[in-house]
Amino acid sequence: MRPAARCVNAAGQPADGPARSDPMRADDFLFPTDAGLFCPAGDFFIDPVRPVPRALITHGHGDHARAGHGAVMATRETLDIMAIRYGENFTAARQAADGPARIGGVEVSFHPAGHILGSAQIRLACDDGPVITVSGDYCRTPNLVCAPWEPVPCDIFVTEATFGLPVFKHPDPAHEIARLLASMAEFPGRAHLVGAYALGKAQRVIALLRQAGFEAPVHLHGAMQRLTDYHVEQGIPLGDLRPATTPKEIEGQVVIAPPSAFASPWVQRFRDPVICFASGWMAVRARARQRGVELPLVISDHVDWPQLTQTLAELRPEQVWVTHGAEEGVVRWCELNGLDARPLRLVGYEDEAE
Amino acid sequence: MKAFAALLERLAFTPARNAKLTILQHYLERTADPDRGHALAALTGDLKLRAVTPGLLRGLAAERFDEVLFALSYDFVGDLAETIALIWEGPGGADLPLADAVRLLETTGKAGLPAAIAGVLDRLGPSERLAFLKLATGNLRVGLSARLARTALAQMGGPTLAEIEEIWHGLNPPYPELFAWIEGGPRPDRAALAPFRPVMLSTPITLEELRGLDPAEHIAEWKWDGIRVQAVSEGGVRRLYSRTGEDISGAFPDLIDEMNWEGAVDGELLVRREGAVATFNDLQQRLNRKTVSRALLTSHPAGLRVYDLLIWGGADLRPLPLIERRKVLEAADFRSDRIDISQLLPFGTWDDLAALRAEPPAPVIEGVMIKRRDAPYVGGRPRGPWFKWKRDPRVVDAVLMYAQRGHGRRSGFYSDFTFGLWSDDALVPVGKAYFGFTDEELRELDRFVRANTTERFGPVRAVAPKLVVEVAFEGVNRSARHKSGVAMRFPRISRIRWDKPAAEADRLETLEAMIDTPNVFDAEGARAGVRHGRTKRRGGGEAPQEAGAARPLDGVETPSIPAGYLDEEE
Ligand SMILES: [Zn+2]
Ligand SMILES: [Zn+2]
Repeated sequence: MRPAARCVNAAGQPADGPARSDPMRADDFLFPTDAGLFCPAGDFFIDPVRPVPRALITHGHGDHARAGHGAVMATRETLDIMAIRYGENFTAARQAADGPARIGGVEVSFHPAGHILGSAQIRLACDDGPVITVSGDYCRTPNLVCAPWEPVPCDIFVTEATFGLPVFKHPDPAHEIARLLASMAEFPGRAHLVGAYALGKAQRVIALLRQAGFEAPVHLHGAMQRLTDYHVEQGIPLGDLRPATTPKEIEGQVVIAPPSAFASPWVQRFRDPVICFASGWMAVRARARQRGVELPLVISDHVDWPQLTQTLAELRPEQVWVTHGAEEGVVRWCELNGLDARPLRLVGYEDEAE
Repeated sequence: MKAFAALLERLAFTPARNAKLTILQHYLERTADPDRGHALAALTGDLKLRAVTPGLLRGLAAERFDEVLFALSYDFVGDLAETIALIWEGPGGADLPLADAVRLLETTGKAGLPAAIAGVLDRLGPSERLAFLKLATGNLRVGLSARLARTALAQMGGPTLAEIEEIWHGLNPPYPELFAWIEGGPRPDRAALAPFRPVMLSTPITLEELRGLDPAEHIAEWKWDGIRVQAVSEGGVRRLYSRTGEDISGAFPDLIDEMNWEGAVDGELLVRREGAVATFNDLQQRLNRKTVSRALLTSHPAGLRVYDLLIWGGADLRPLPLIERRKVLEAADFRSDRIDISQLLPFGTWDDLAALRAEPPAPVIEGVMIKRRDAPYVGGRPRGPWFKWKRDPRVVDAVLMYAQRGHGRRSGFYSDFTFGLWSDDALVPVGKAYFGFTDEELRELDRFVRANTTERFGPVRAVAPKLVVEVAFEGVNRSARHKSGVAMRFPRISRIRWDKPAAEADRLETLEAMIDTPNVFDAEGARAGVRHGRTKRRGGGEAPQEAGAARPLDGVETPSIPAGYLDEEE
């Protein structure tokens, strides 16, 4: 059932049965394979990038949550989101994470990650081994559309590093929304098209607009509709939402669309729109220019450098494992700050969205 | 500084001219003196500050940051000032009036500069830090010409653009009397001695279009391949302006000495030896110099060929028909053997003129100018009264956009150039050229590229869109593979137009219009290329595959970004 070629741990020993008499080494407890992070003691993968018999999923973003597994354990919201995106048959069996659960010899629990609705960190513990927390994607900036991140003390912290360079210091999102509103005031005749990923970022941008006192209708690209409806069903107030189908009325209004829509003929219905893009990458000018963005909005659902390094300093795990993003930057910081760290070169996360 | 930083940021990302104008106009209306005047000077290039060098910035970074983390960051961001603005740590809540920032950069000595800059960076937030560093390095890169900045001033509802341009060169930052004038105060007249007057520009024309016009209503002259200048000598003040109103007097003291008359004249600056007009290459030796050596003054003497009078004998001739101005011109005494007047070409029909144009008497002639007899002198580019009918249509003036390091003999030099033409308000890359320039010109281009880099993508640099290169080519085809829709054959840089503003480079439509024109040189051109060893031109004549304005050269990816990092997550 395990990927045959990679069923060997980092030390080169067979992974299927660590000797019970010795304390389990971290490398035997959880290690990367071609399919993703694998935990042999519980016989499950975390956020696998290809179909596996048993998967634990941190959150609903496409590079973490894929269809076709035998069994999926995730938060209720993540299961709902996967069903919306992939259809009800996205997995053969499912289990909502609800308090600590035992899988094989492993105690598993899910804790809020503050990234998107339903996002979780996964804590793994076994009787004679280390405690490992897999952060998934996480963010410590308050976010109206999801529960706040919680520290989960551990021996080994598996951190993302999407913005793992000291140049990334995300501004207060309220400040960025104020810039959007200022541009709408400066160019009242032009529709402001805000590129935002359909899951998480889109709803967060709407919530931030509402928080800033913007009460006019927000228009949605069709790709946003079902996931946004789901947020509203979960009790997140997003105000007056309308489909972006009638361009005459929405001149001078705000429209939320997936960034890919800007390259498609869909955008031709707007006369002289202001193309905006809400993403942490927008902090770097060259990235904004590459996307042809006229108003870059630095709004991120990931930890920035100060949050990331603060988290490591607070948790002070024995080891830090660094996954997708700028691993070198985070590993270097750990080196300078006396933390043992190494990159976990997981495959399949190259298309990490932000 | 906050408002200035926001202004720069908006301008840098706003492609459309009109939107840029709106943003700048609002800034100028909402910002108080003297900050808005300093901002204006920064945008028009009139703020003369001691330029902070990249070396100084690197030094600041080395003092504060881990070398590895800084290198990783710089590699990702691609711009030194931006990397420092982003990585800097400090409370950052304070603001600094722009005027104070300017004063600090003006008055701080070289030795004290690093500490002073670090002190400012400590106080500011990231956007303001970047604006301050851009100001300090003298490289704002917001894609806004001085003329557009003055257009925004004219939109504020006071004096017109022409009125502002007339006195612009007598004004000094932060322009308190200019803003007072715009807001209803008196015209700052003391600024008005020997002013620049907006130049009348021509539009291109073809023989087919000419056939719709009456030859009897027009005059024609040779179009000399020099530099269009306005020479002004009024009340003891003498100035030589480029056609965009830049004061270039300093580079031509020999001509200034010869301006022993009162008036403002329009003509072509040429290098002349014993009556003959030298090549544009000779003239180039005289350009972009702050001072000129005695040897150069002797070997490359400057002269002026006058074709129009704006002010003469104390009278403003601009409202008069051309033919009346011409009478005054022909009677004028310039009291110099370096200054003469442009002669009219005799022709009865357009075919007569075409025959003259086909065999110009000197290689330094690049076509003919055709002007309506009854037209007054109007600043700007009115469509109709003045036409240029260039000798060789297979030349476009393009803007240098990207440069790539060469190989072999050219290792270490930026020698492979991507250039673009204007389409709407943006530059569209239309081709690449690897040859056509001399070794000396290659060194100059390389210096230009290094001094004007805006972004680095591995071996490729994006450069500020401000250098015009004349690109000669053998033909142009439609091409679906290129974003521009056209592919040039055998493009080469035939001339570097250090004098020409980027805004006046050709438009994509100009190139498109050449597509269907039969070209008898096709076969020879191709053979000549092989003969001259051009077979190794690695796809010369092809524009970048994905020639978006923000893309580097084909096949070269921005380093350090995971492939598809900005793709939608699904
Ligand atoms: Zn995610
Ligand atoms: Zn992720």
